Amino acid sequence: MKFGVIVFPGSNCDDDMIHVISDVMGCQAVKIWHKETSLTPYGDLDGIFIPGGFSYGDYLRSGAIARFSNIMEEVVAFANEGGYVWGICNGFQVLCELGLLPGVLMRNHNQKFICKNIHLKTVTHNSAITSEIEKDQVLKIPIAHADGRYYAPENEIQNLIDNDQILFQYADASGNVNEETNINGSVHNIAGICNRNRNVFGMMPHPERASEELLGNKEGKVMFDSLLANIKTLVTQ
Amino acid sequence: MSEIAAAVSLEIAQKLGLNEEEFEKIKVILGRDPNFTELSIFSVMWSEHCSYKNSIKYLKTLPRDGEKLLVGAGEENAGLVDIGDGLACAFKIESHNHPSALEPYQGAATGVGGIHRDIFTMGARPIAAMNSLRFGEIDRKHTKHLVKGVVSGIGDYGNCLGVPTVGGEVYFDECYNQNILVNAFSAGIVKVGETASAVADGPGNPVFIVGSATGKDGIHGATFASADLTEDSADDLPAVQVGDPFQEKLLLEATLEAIKTDAVIGIQDMGAAGITCSTSEMSAKSGTGMTIDLDKVPTRQADMKAFEILLSESQERMLIVCQKGKEHVIQKVFDKWDLECEQIGEVTDTGRLEFYKGGEKIADVPAHDLVLGGGAPVYDREYTRPTYMDEIAKFSINDISLPTNWKAIAETVFSSPNLVSKKWIYEQYDSMVRTNSMHTNQPSDACVIRVKGTEKALAMTTDCNSSYVYADPYKGGMIAVSEAARNIVCSGGEPVAITNCLNFGNPYNPEVYYQFVNALKGMGDACRKFSTPVTGGNVSFYNQSVVDGKTEPVFPTPTIGMLGLLSSHDQKMSLNFKNTGDLIFMIGKQQDDINQSEYLKRVHKVRMSPAPHFDLEEEYALHQVIKKIIKDRIVVSVHDVSEGGVFQSLVESAMPSDKGFTITSPIGFRKDAFLFGESQSRVIVTLPKEKRTDLEDLINSLNGTITVLGEVTDGNISIDGEDFGAIDTWKNTFNHTLGTTLEN
Repeated sequence: MKFGVIVFPGSNCDDDMIHVISDVMGCQAVKIWHKETSLTPYGDLDGIFIPGGFSYGDYLRSGAIARFSNIMEEVVAFANEGGYVWGICNGFQVLCELGLLPGVLMRNHNQKFICKNIHLKTVTHNSAITSEIEKDQVLKIPIAHADGRYYAPENEIQNLIDNDQILFQYADASGNVNEETNINGSVHNIAGICNRNRNVFGMMPHPERASEELLGNKEGKVMFDSLLANIKTLVTQ
Repeated sequence: MSEIAAAVSLEIAQKLGLNEEEFEKIKVILGRDPNFTELSIFSVMWSEHCSYKNSIKYLKTLPRDGEKLLVGAGEENAGLVDIGDGLACAFKIESHNHPSALEPYQGAATGVGGIHRDIFTMGARPIAAMNSLRFGEIDRKHTKHLVKGVVSGIGDYGNCLGVPTVGGEVYFDECYNQNILVNAFSAGIVKVGETASAVADGPGNPVFIVGSATGKDGIHGATFASADLTEDSADDLPAVQVGDPFQEKLLLEATLEAIKTDAVIGIQDMGAAGITCSTSEMSAKSGTGMTIDLDKVPTRQADMKAFEILLSESQERMLIVCQKGKEHVIQKVFDKWDLECEQIGEVTDTGRLEFYKGGEKIADVPAHDLVLGGGAPVYDREYTRPTYMDEIAKFSINDISLPTNWKAIAETVFSSPNLVSKKWIYEQYDSMVRTNSMHTNQPSDACVIRVKGTEKALAMTTDCNSSYVYADPYKGGMIAVSEAARNIVCSGGEPVAITNCLNFGNPYNPEVYYQFVNALKGMGDACRKFSTPVTGGNVSFYNQSVVDGKTEPVFPTPTIGMLGLLSSHDQKMSLNFKNTGDLIFMIGKQQDDINQSEYLKRVHKVRMSPAPHFDLEEEYALHQVIKKIIKDRIVVSVHDVSEGGVFQSLVESAMPSDKGFTITSPIGFRKDAFLFGESQSRVIVTLPKEKRTDLEDLINSLNGTITVLGEVTDGNISIDGEDFGAIDTWKNTFNHTLGTTLEN
């Protein structure tokens, strides 16, 4: 299996993604520079990752400039053809700015950058990155962001709920989802979502930082396991 | 009138921070009167910050050789240590105290930016950052303002750059009320043989300036850093630089790419004294010179004067000497990253720096005479034993009455801002990016950073208890190094080398200079004992605050940044209790000692007492014992006893796994000395009951001292039969005290 990792000048989790995809999951990973205009030279890709970081410094609004990068037109086309696109942290922000996912990520309600382990409740089992996770299962995963407060208008949130597009909510270790467990003030405690076609995923937490026993936490690895299992199924079909 | 003809006087020289003797020396060097631009060049290069003129004599007494050192102290921008597997680690710590005291956000941010540039200019990718911070009393409004600014500055810069801030230390004391200390540490990894050097070899080779455009910020910053901080210092705000972490990220990637090509002859970042410093140091190192056309330097504003361009400390810039004919290679790399890249001159064989502006030569100075080790002055200052030490010597533990309400006392000590969790601070830093932090989920005394592609891990720590150094500079200097080494050893590592950041008061004050000389002597002795040579760092003098109209130097604060190595990942040891029922032992000798303890200061309000008990041989022997019991897998947790004493250490080990403990005080010692004393060379370990004989046999064979204290329980604390309550309550205090204090 082969995955592309988009690299903006300010991406800083690109190497971490490459490490997990190749060294932990045993797949092929290629970096794709944001100035590139075509995905064709990279061959058949089983999915594209948009990693964390500060794409263009993000002094304006996180991900706002990145959406205008050359390669993003190609990424949109890839997604529209049903290809898997997974944005983590800054990648989630970029996907929202691009319109591939609804909503927007705003400044955390405490106005600070927050980096710590938090707990996620898995809302749906029905997605390529949560299929190996039980519904309501709680995962300990780190976050690291200043702009992670998910917002979308009420009707959009209702759509997400009705279509089972919410993947993860901020919770506590027992899976309670409430104001106290809402680490950054996101609407409906939303930590991760997918699009209606269920092939584009965005989440603020960093599963790639929680995928190795050596680091003392591998609760995020199951998301990569899920994705690989789904791709394998697609191939056998 | 051309600038070269502009007359200068002793008065102007003094305004620039030079003294009469130095002014005369410049005239001799040039064989004529300098012009203003030349005088400015000498003033920054001979400032304390660049020349180390009041410290170099004693810095040279520190051990600077070791088999693992690939680059010696002062030879390059940072120290370089061989870590095996064809890899080397570049690491260094530096201060940014004065800028941070005036403009905490930018001061701290550019401190972080500067230290990372020192690492990646050597071709190493920074993989971990730490910082050592000292603030004034926490209840002061001004302190809270400074803490918030510094923390945001460090966070915003490091987070954007993608280098994890993995650890550090924070202390609060009134001596830092006005003059805070911000010391930033960076460590990077590079393949041996692929490092870059700060040289300017090969006359005829082109000289490039790359990165950000040059602006008027930070002019005379190096001189500013070398003067007393006074009430008028706020007028010096333009001397504070402004940082742009996104530019730094671009510069980082472009620099590492450029160094991988065969086009780079030499490279140096621009920190203090900007173009002046990089051109003179690189030329002096190669015995060459340079001609530089200042009109070619990209500037942020029009009509910048020659001395402004030369002295600007605008951030995120590098000077590159490129192989002639390979200009296009450099250009291509920097084009890719959308960064400025301008040829501004070339290397010559004259040994002189010749700067041109408007087609006219506006300065002509010999490179060698500007730099440390060349013509820069070297001074030996007078020193006298501080009179306050007499008062310290009068302290007697017998004058301190023994309390009875132990739980309440423990609560008072435990809630000290110096002892509670710094979570409020470090959660604003990205501590996990690059996915190497092995101490996030299993905490240890030092930060442990896995080195990808190898079985190894780096251990790193910054340490200095400055009140110990104040009380006894020699012993305090030894303790700072020893505690760092102890933290590395308790994490499963082998101490390798140190970098230091020497923060002191005014060197012209003989009592301050006494502290400096003796602290260095202590550091040197300890470094020799642990075979941890000094690879570099920096000296920051002139740190002082005005208290009640009287100028008081800050506590002497020689911050130690130590690097250690774990030969394999599974050697890592963590500090948290593992299993209920495990036995708790103290290794090392208990003393009837409460000297300089947080307990003595906070409960009894006594600041003047000697440094705590410390013996270098005893400390060294302890390290050998700890290494052995970790290697033989006898123990399951190891945590040293430091500030706050045994009680603090036990609670810190209990909290991560929500355990408790029940212990009995050893007989024959004051209970306050046992619970809260800070005598050195003690470590708390836990182990399963069946390993008890193994431990005791081993310790006996090594002539060590152990004391059984008690055992790990499910979540309550009990001391000598007295119930101290649930660990949850203590944890709540530990986690939330700092945030609550700072936010209100």
